[in-house]
Amino acid sequence: MAAEDLPSEFDVVILGTGLAESVVAAAFSRVGQRVLHVDRRSYYAANWASFTFNGLLTWIQKQHEEESQPEEPQDWSSLVEEGEELIHLSNSDSSSISNVQVFCYTSEDEEEEVEEKCLNTTEEERGGADEVAVKETSETECAEPKEEMTEEADGTADREEEASHTEGQEPEADQPAPSAAQSQSVPTKKKISYAQLVKEGRRFNIDLVSKLMYSRGSLVDLLIKSNVSRYAEFKNVTRILTYRNGSVEQVPCSRADVFANRQLSVVEKRKLMRFLTSCVEETEEQQAYRGRPYLEFLRDQQLGDNLQHFLLHSIAMVTEDTPTEEGLASTRHFLRCLGRYGNTPFLFPVYGLGEIPQCFCRMCAVFGGIYCLRHSITCLLLDKDSNRCKAVIDSQGQRISCSHFVMEDGYVGADRKKLATPTRLISRAVLITDSSVLLSDSDQQVSMVTVPPIAAGCPAVRMVELCSSTMTCMPGTYLVHLTCQSVGSAYEDLSPVVTKMFRTAESPEQENCPSVLWCLYFNVTDGSGLEVEGYDLPSNVYVCSGPDAALGHDHAIKQAESIFQKILPDEDFCPPAPNPEDIIYDGDNPSSSTGEETEGAGEEAEGAGEEAEGAGKEAEGAGEVTEVAGEEAEGAGKEAEGAGKEAEGAGEVTEVAGEEAEGAGEEEKQQESLQTEE
Amino acid sequence: MHGRVKIKSTAQQEEEKRKEREKKLKIYVAARDACFSKRKEGIWDDEALQLTQQLLSSNPDFATLWNYRREILMHLETVKEEDEVQKIYEAELSFLESCLKVNPKSYGSWHHRGWVSARLPRPDWARELSLCDRCLSLDDRNFHCWDYRRMVVKVSGVPVDQELGFTDRLIGSNFSNYSSWHYRSTLLPLLHPESPEPPSPRRERPHSSPPPSPQTHSHRVCEEQLLKEYELVQNAFFTDPNDQSAWFYYRWLLGRAEREEMISCVYVSREEERVAVAFSRPVNAQSVGLLLVLDGQPQRVEWRSVHPRFKHSPVWICDLPPGTISDITNEHNLTVHWTEKHTHRDCALYTGRAESWCRDSATDQELFRSELSIEKTSVLQSELQSCNQLQELEPLNKWCLLTIILLMRALDPLGYEKETLAHFQTLREVDATRSAYYSDLCSKFMIENTILKMEYAEVRVFSISDKHLTTLCHLDQLLLVTHINLSSNQLQRLPPQFAMLQCLEVLEVDNNCIESLEGVYHLPKLEELLLKNNKISTLADLQPLASCPKLKCLDLRGNPVTQTANIESALSELLPSVTDLLL
Repeated sequence: MAAEDLPSEFDVVILGTGLAESVVAAAFSRVGQRVLHVDRRSYYAANWASFTFNGLLTWIQKQHEEESQPEEPQDWSSLVEEGEELIHLSNSDSSSISNVQVFCYTSEDEEEEVEEKCLNTTEEERGGADEVAVKETSETECAEPKEEMTEEADGTADREEEASHTEGQEPEADQPAPSAAQSQSVPTKKKISYAQLVKEGRRFNIDLVSKLMYSRGSLVDLLIKSNVSRYAEFKNVTRILTYRNGSVEQVPCSRADVFANRQLSVVEKRKLMRFLTSCVEETEEQQAYRGRPYLEFLRDQQLGDNLQHFLLHSIAMVTEDTPTEEGLASTRHFLRCLGRYGNTPFLFPVYGLGEIPQCFCRMCAVFGGIYCLRHSITCLLLDKDSNRCKAVIDSQGQRISCSHFVMEDGYVGADRKKLATPTRLISRAVLITDSSVLLSDSDQQVSMVTVPPIAAGCPAVRMVELCSSTMTCMPGTYLVHLTCQSVGSAYEDLSPVVTKMFRTAESPEQENCPSVLWCLYFNVTDGSGLEVEGYDLPSNVYVCSGPDAALGHDHAIKQAESIFQKILPDEDFCPPAPNPEDIIYDGDNPSSSTGEETEGAGEEAEGAGEEAEGAGKEAEGAGEVTEVAGEEAEGAGKEAEGAGKEAEGAGEVTEVAGEEAEGAGEEEKQQESLQTEE
Repeated sequence: MHGRVKIKSTAQQEEEKRKEREKKLKIYVAARDACFSKRKEGIWDDEALQLTQQLLSSNPDFATLWNYRREILMHLETVKEEDEVQKIYEAELSFLESCLKVNPKSYGSWHHRGWVSARLPRPDWARELSLCDRCLSLDDRNFHCWDYRRMVVKVSGVPVDQELGFTDRLIGSNFSNYSSWHYRSTLLPLLHPESPEPPSPRRERPHSSPPPSPQTHSHRVCEEQLLKEYELVQNAFFTDPNDQSAWFYYRWLLGRAEREEMISCVYVSREEERVAVAFSRPVNAQSVGLLLVLDGQPQRVEWRSVHPRFKHSPVWICDLPPGTISDITNEHNLTVHWTEKHTHRDCALYTGRAESWCRDSATDQELFRSELSIEKTSVLQSELQSCNQLQELEPLNKWCLLTIILLMRALDPLGYEKETLAHFQTLREVDATRSAYYSDLCSKFMIENTILKMEYAEVRVFSISDKHLTTLCHLDQLLLVTHINLSSNQLQRLPPQFAMLQCLEVLEVDNNCIESLEGVYHLPKLEELLLKNNKISTLADLQPLASCPKLKCLDLRGNPVTQTANIESALSELLPSVTDLLL
């Protein structure tokens, strides 16, 4: 990975591997631009990354360290040509993360000690270093852990049972805290111990951002359009929950949900269904409420408290003072997304959200993009006359010329920010728990939970509970992400919700709630709060903001698309990648001159591509992002060409539409038929 | 990099495709011809098996080939060991699976699968059931698969509750599913049969007919389960009141067992020396073993239906040998036995009486509640309440309106008459394409109500004028009626069933749109027929009247037929008995 191997000229140099940057990279590479994509970090996806448990501990440690790390500007004046000016980039990574706090409630440890312990354990360092390797090969490894997990699932279930038997006994207080290494050797009969979490740390994929993919959102559309979807697998969020009157309830949002719901009366069911069908279209009545709160509109629909709560907090996911037009728009968006892949509007990528930027990076690499991690750009070289960035200087001191430069906003030096706009923050919490917030027939539920403000002035909290089949946590545990707009620190904002809904050392009385084994609080800058245009930068330098607080990914995708269109207004944004079968592999590799680095990246990408192909053929599991509509139609034809053989599994939702009529006709005769409809 | 994208001109692609298709067709036709010639020669070998497999896997709807294949397999059965046969059939099953992937709704494939499964020496029913599960999870309305599943369940003895659980799951994921609801309706009576004691001892049986056969109520469900089903189906139609499948199931739940089969009326007329018998359903009296006993003597009589058009009819008549009952000073006892159903009805003709009858009236039988349920009134009442609730929310939902009407009729047909009529009016408006259906249904209910009123008043006059009647029904209930007034309705014909009105003397049907008098046929007592302002247009239309011996008065004013030349003379020729003719 010697820097001298890098070519000295690119069309686009991209610094930072967050979602927007990665999409930009893929888009440029896809249309034949030469792309260099670097990240100072040792892992992909920046603040969009997912970590193993051990990787996360390393990350936490780094946040603590970097706060005190001074920056040493280097002298690159020898590389500066005439008429050029240096612009130094910031190289601090941690400025966007703050208020990191860790609590461990498992084993017998006191929280303070635990916090220290995780920061001091040397073992984790190694885990962190391995992180990248794990990430890069995660595709190939995934098949094998899957099987292991199913085998072990029974074991953990037993353990859990044991734990519940002994639940009644109070934990022996004030036992001296064993170190991580010790507790590993001492088998605890209680719930999953910290040592176990560390030992099984690789089974975790803990996202720094918590988002879901709207099944008709811009990210899903882009994944399908660009064929990047083949690099990942997705699961449907299986249920929408809400916290209300001290308990967790399921929100009925699809027809099947409404039908099966046991809490609503039949009249409420009718009102809900009617509201949901009627609000899809704009009416004069809705117009009349323009500018007035959505809540008022809902109240006037005579829906009752239950339904109002569901519609406002869980379906529209807005606050009580959101204007009606906005509330209706988000309700419609929610409804449009329903039923495309399942009974909820959301998808979640297996192995975590950190997969998504990486998938785009893979696409970029497949089309020749060059990747360097642990590699940064320290300076831009500004051509004073044109006010354009001519070249960049990387962390190895190499001068690389480029026509366009795209970077994550964290690298923009403080001196380049025009206005000190007050940065908004997002409060985040990550919990590892031992059971689901709402027990059901299946322990493999992926739940989206909306928690309205628990008191006046408190923020509304969004919670996503992931089960082990999403490959984000070890069997027997759940990974819970809490997110809200910051009012205070993450701990101040979110711990009241945690203690209400979970059993922790602070809330031992919540006996019927899931226990928190471990948790992390932190604040992260809200990417949507930054004014991307408001930088004093050369005209061909573009800035991508970090993750925003919204549930979907629209902000980042929109940003990427607008950057791409500014630079290449006539090119298609992420056109479909060709089918691997349509690619001719000829002996001469025209781009072999790009050196080892390229090949390395390329090989990885290719491997990923094959993987994805394999996955596509299986096409079993629920909620795969696969377009079926076209194939279906072919299969229906009488040609009997053996098409549509793979039409199993995926997309059942759309499938039946045409045949319904036929079936109806036939079956009707069986019923005592009073009258016949066609 | 990793290669370039192939670029093919569309013309080239087209050409390639065309060639490919041609090639395929050639192979297909050759294989087909080979199959046919082999079959002709009676060759049942492995090669034939392979050829048919090749063809069927691309076109599984080729019935002849399936037949050929069965012939081969049956032949192989005779020459191979059982183990080998088992293997052959197992291979056949996996081949069929691939055919079902090509066309999951192929009649041929499913039928053949059933055939193979039945012949398999050691069938694996669990596997078949899971195949059905899979197919139905892909398309829950594949009725081929439903049929096959029922067969598998029956043969392999899958517990009923397990199957009910299966329908729970399917309905839970999408309740718009006739098949699942229907399957439920067949499973519930098996799992939760109605308790054996009679549900409501609502009436004394005056004529000690034997108790109803046990089958009559066998498809009913016990009340506890029924209440759960009501709840389930209500959840469905409140969630989506426009989905018919749930409403149909609801109707089934509310519906009641078939009526007990019996002789509902025996009428005897001294003057005509004739006996008329009414049954609870249309029968063919010539083949059900009807026996007439007069004063202890079995009579040899010839039963005939009231109109030659009917092979099955609820009313049958016979003439007694002349002189047997004509003496008015004699008393006679008559018994009609329905030997097939072990039931009978007695009738006594007393001295000095010209006629006599014995019957269960419509009110006794709660006849018109048969549309819906014999359930407890309280249950129906609460069902009506929830439907009314839904109707408040969805005032224009036709399924809801119709169900409300049916519930009201089951509860109190006369009490709810006004509401019923209003709902019918709404129905005709919201569902204009079916307005004629609603009008007919409404006519039926109006007739039922009028019959009830007549029964309560204990008269033999049936009057229902100016009620927008579009059709006539329940005429078997009017066997004893002497006066009928149907004037100012929208009737277009007096249907053949009209011939059941054996006692009718005066018929008023002024101001209708009647074109046909087919049913005014051999009405022995009809004297007066008022047909003013109808649409009788030809003399031939009046032909049936010639069969009514006592017709004296006929009012034809305002009919097109009156414009016919020489109408008067033609009529006096056709209807010599008519003395009072109005033209």
